[in-house]
Amino acid sequence: MTPPLDDAALPNRLPRPKEELEALKRAWKPTSGLGLLKEVNNNIIGVMYIATALLFFVISGTLALVMRTQLAVPENDVLGHSLYNQFFTVHGTGMMFLFAVPIVEAIGVFLLPSMLAARDLPFPRLSAFAFWAYLFGGLAFFCSLIFEVAPDGGWFMYPPLTSMKFSPGINADFWLLGIGFIEISAIAGAIEIIVGILRTRPPGMTLDKIPVYCWSMLVMAGMIVFAFPAVIVATALLEIERAFDWPFFIAERGGAPLLWQHLFWFFGHPEVYIIFLPAAGLVSMMVPALAQRPLVGHDWVVVALVGTGFFSFGLWVHHMFATGIPPLSLSFFSAASMAVSVPAGIQVFAWIATLGKGRLQWTVATWFLLGFLFIFVAGGLTGVMVAVIPFDWQAHDSYFVVAHLHYVLIGGMVFPVFAGLYHWWPTLKGTMLSERLGRWAFWMMFIGFNVAFFPMHVSGLMGMPRRVYTYPGDLGWNVLNMVSTVGAFVMAFGVLLVLIDMARDAFGRGRPAPENPWKAGTLEWIPNDNYATRSIPHVRSLYPLWDNPSLSREVQEGAHYLPGAPTRRRETIVTSPIEARPQYLMPMPGPHWSHFLAGLFTAAHFICLAVQLYWVSLVPGVLAIASVFWWVWSLDKGADHPPQDVGGGWRVPVYLQGSENHSWWGTAVLLLVDGTAFACLCFTYVFLWTVSPDVWPVGTDALPGLGWLFGEAALWVVAAGAMLLASRAVAGNRPWATRGLLLAGLLLMLAAAVAEPYNRIASGLVASESAYGAIVYMLASWQVFHVVILVLMTGFTLARSFAGRLHARRRVTFDNVMLVWLYTCGQGIVSLLLVHLFPRLAV
Amino acid sequence: MDRRSGRSEGRRRNWRGAALAGGMGLLAACERGPQSALHPAGRNAEAILDLTLILVAGGGVIFLFVMALAGYAVIARPERFPGGRAWIIGGGLVFPIVTLTALQVYEFAVARQLSDTGGVEPLRIEVTGYMWWWEVRYPDVRVEGGEVLRTANRLVIPAGRPVEVVVTAADVIHSFWVPSLGGKMDMIPGHENRLILVGERPGTYRGQCAEYCGAQHALMAFDVVVEPPDRFEEWLAAERRPAAEPEGPQQTAGRDAFLRAGCGSCHTVRGTPANGAAGPDLTHVGGRGALAAGTLPNTPEALAGWIAGAQHIKPENRMPSFPILGGDDLHAIAVWLESLK
Repeated sequence: MTPPLDDAALPNRLPRPKEELEALKRAWKPTSGLGLLKEVNNNIIGVMYIATALLFFVISGTLALVMRTQLAVPENDVLGHSLYNQFFTVHGTGMMFLFAVPIVEAIGVFLLPSMLAARDLPFPRLSAFAFWAYLFGGLAFFCSLIFEVAPDGGWFMYPPLTSMKFSPGINADFWLLGIGFIEISAIAGAIEIIVGILRTRPPGMTLDKIPVYCWSMLVMAGMIVFAFPAVIVATALLEIERAFDWPFFIAERGGAPLLWQHLFWFFGHPEVYIIFLPAAGLVSMMVPALAQRPLVGHDWVVVALVGTGFFSFGLWVHHMFATGIPPLSLSFFSAASMAVSVPAGIQVFAWIATLGKGRLQWTVATWFLLGFLFIFVAGGLTGVMVAVIPFDWQAHDSYFVVAHLHYVLIGGMVFPVFAGLYHWWPTLKGTMLSERLGRWAFWMMFIGFNVAFFPMHVSGLMGMPRRVYTYPGDLGWNVLNMVSTVGAFVMAFGVLLVLIDMARDAFGRGRPAPENPWKAGTLEWIPNDNYATRSIPHVRSLYPLWDNPSLSREVQEGAHYLPGAPTRRRETIVTSPIEARPQYLMPMPGPHWSHFLAGLFTAAHFICLAVQLYWVSLVPGVLAIASVFWWVWSLDKGADHPPQDVGGGWRVPVYLQGSENHSWWGTAVLLLVDGTAFACLCFTYVFLWTVSPDVWPVGTDALPGLGWLFGEAALWVVAAGAMLLASRAVAGNRPWATRGLLLAGLLLMLAAAVAEPYNRIASGLVASESAYGAIVYMLASWQVFHVVILVLMTGFTLARSFAGRLHARRRVTFDNVMLVWLYTCGQGIVSLLLVHLFPRLAV
Repeated sequence: MDRRSGRSEGRRRNWRGAALAGGMGLLAACERGPQSALHPAGRNAEAILDLTLILVAGGGVIFLFVMALAGYAVIARPERFPGGRAWIIGGGLVFPIVTLTALQVYEFAVARQLSDTGGVEPLRIEVTGYMWWWEVRYPDVRVEGGEVLRTANRLVIPAGRPVEVVVTAADVIHSFWVPSLGGKMDMIPGHENRLILVGERPGTYRGQCAEYCGAQHALMAFDVVVEPPDRFEEWLAAERRPAAEPEGPQQTAGRDAFLRAGCGSCHTVRGTPANGAAGPDLTHVGGRGALAAGTLPNTPEALAGWIAGAQHIKPENRMPSFPILGGDDLHAIAVWLESLK
């Protein structure tokens, strides 16, 4: 490989041949009409994604307005108890799962590639699939309201209220299956974002030159990887309890209602930062751009982001201060909850110092950012208050907390996102939103917000609990509630003005924007097209456009990397994760029907499950799997072109296998998700034991003999060995040996996975009798589920082998399957050790 | 507790409540509610209000300072704005670490104080949450007949003596909260939690379920009556007695209709054959402040309306409506139950 550029030289010589740009345009030609459904380009998917999230924001917000109307006066009857309980559940769920997390991911899908000057994210079809799954799933979720079967157990869904006994209707299933499924889309987005930030940066953008926003997204995606599995496991356990009566949360049979709260808040608190960090990242980009100077304390801010990510996993118990947890553990979580305000404070002072040291431009975004500072600082301070345990015992589950959470979430996320809408709108299609409407919108939203939510601090301390559909008129809450309702409508009017402004622009009334209207310093302001920027710039600093004023022109003329489409298809440069040195030229899939159908059928499958059409659900389920096979069949093309010159003396291959391949990274991140989910199940096992050791078997009589442990563990070891041998057979181009070893290994895994539930049934253990039985069968089922996935993956690999698409120089698919396979074997052994040895050693 | 009594103390409390409400800039908060953390009537609520005041004052000062700094940063010329990274280190790192550490120490001191019984043997009361009412038991008090004293939707406690409330739930999770007396504690099925309360100012305080518990979470309230110790003993003595014999033909007819309609399969009225355990004990229902867990005032008319239309007034609750009862029966039952003081 070649050494990096010296400072003076441009990567490519000018002028560029004409046909280069044409090739680029041809390869990246957008679809039109119905072809939109096939689209994968992040510019288009990102916009549809953001628009959908805003739609769900408006729906959830409208529900809030109806609730505020109900609460405007005491003993009101605009909404009955049943509908009110559905409304607040869908409002909270919609805002958290269908607006907040999706919109920060959607903004990432739209903005990250242009900030990284990549042509697209590394897995374009995965983003598109995530978007469609989210759209269909979200619509179905809201439609449940129309039929009055919407979930009504609160967005936190605490059992036993949500168990079969107390919520026999399908309302709860809609939540569990709908949200469980939408989390798939969040995880897909996280994988995309992590691999995108680590592997598709422009040459020269070493780790210390990554824009703060990218850091915030990297931390956020990492948090999704470790937080979301907890809620997926929780929803799976509750759904299984509801469907098969396995008593994970039923106290009479050794289950624990608090288990749900631990799993839910282990996800739920990081969730708050998953929402806030990307918004903070946006702020850290806008403040320097508007103040026209680099962010003061850049390194501190990055450390603060990473620190928040870590701290946020140690806070979950502060949602459970009133559950009777021993004081010593409470004080740990109280201290951690306060500590998390340190990184927030660091960022606040960094923004203020940047504003102080710069010359501020007054735009709509500026107003929204100042409003954000006001609201977020207030919400942060009430956050410290509720972290103080005795105060929380009064404030918890009262309107004080309603006020606090809206201050941090609306202040911390909605205001920066709206600032971002106005700030980055010109990168969309070169027009600007109205400054005048924007200012009106800001003041309506800002005043309305404070009028609506500030009084709730007081009504909460005056004893008003949350989630009540009505209240008596003699407790002194009447005026406060009326004021809150008025404020909510004023704020909604402000949001409406923003929607009107965007609609005006969509109908061609927007002003044309100058190039880089706010004179920002980062790459997303280089003019771009469907193919992103004409060439991929060589980056030498944190604010490349400020440090090299001619960079934008050089890039547009094609003087930087990859000025054309050398293999005549969509492609982008993959760089090394730390130094960002070009490694290979990744071919990118274009528009296709497969991922759209996969999203559609996956949604249909889950909706069928929710309405209890179990057998019917198999049809879309099988179709979804078939669509995924169709989708991935054409990928992994091998080195079908010779190495290409991308400029700067870099001649890079078009295919790289092994641990440098981007999809290997994607699989590795997925396995982190998987491993976290498994860890949550192991936690469940131990937690249930600590709560109800009496349902655990005493002595070894009720346990299967140790022979089962050794036998099954041996099967997993041999299966892993078969895979390693198969890998060598692939390297040696011995296809029949590969196929034979894969099949043999698969049979061994099947035997091991079936042996575990078999020996449990033989020993007379019944899953529905106790929490012990339930978790033992759950761990066994988890393993069976993995083997079923591996049957599909191995079948696919065999098909590729027979089609001649698998050999020593084209084995990315095989390597990914191998990762999953080896992980499954390891997980199987750990699982066996836990369920066979723990009762022998601990009980 | 003797160290905190007297009228000057009460006035100080008013001042603090008003300071907090005024500090928040909302006159509406000056309305005195029977369910307000801003108007404490017990030791723990007072300690938490002190803590609240400190937090609000401290938070307010910090907020104003940060906003002033931000305002100055926005309007000042760059060369006039002092410091840069120093703000981050001083304001974002050193200041919060120092203040939060101090706050932690104070917090733990308060938390310890809240669970302190001062060496006094506390009165034990067990409260079990049901959808959507409260069963109250005095495990150390036996009624005439030897069973544990059992009542519903109202706790009576002696002023000044620590009370240990042992809470759990029979169905879903509820949360026991009397803002005027102290913080809340969750009621979790299969799990017992403890909470210390010390009532100081005699009076009736309203509590409400704070954990969402389904359809009628909003209509799940109760009363805590703080009585001077001698009045408490009187109440206890009266409460231990079985229901009074009906006086006059209407009350007798009421009792008979009550038993005929099968009410006794869910409700207990000690001294009659009614011994059901699924619903609230009605032995002294006439003496309570409200009906149906704080939903209705306790009058014969409201009680008759409740029996006839419980499902209309509080839909999905476990008490069926009895529209089949004739007007006379209904009225007689209500009059009899109201006589059970």
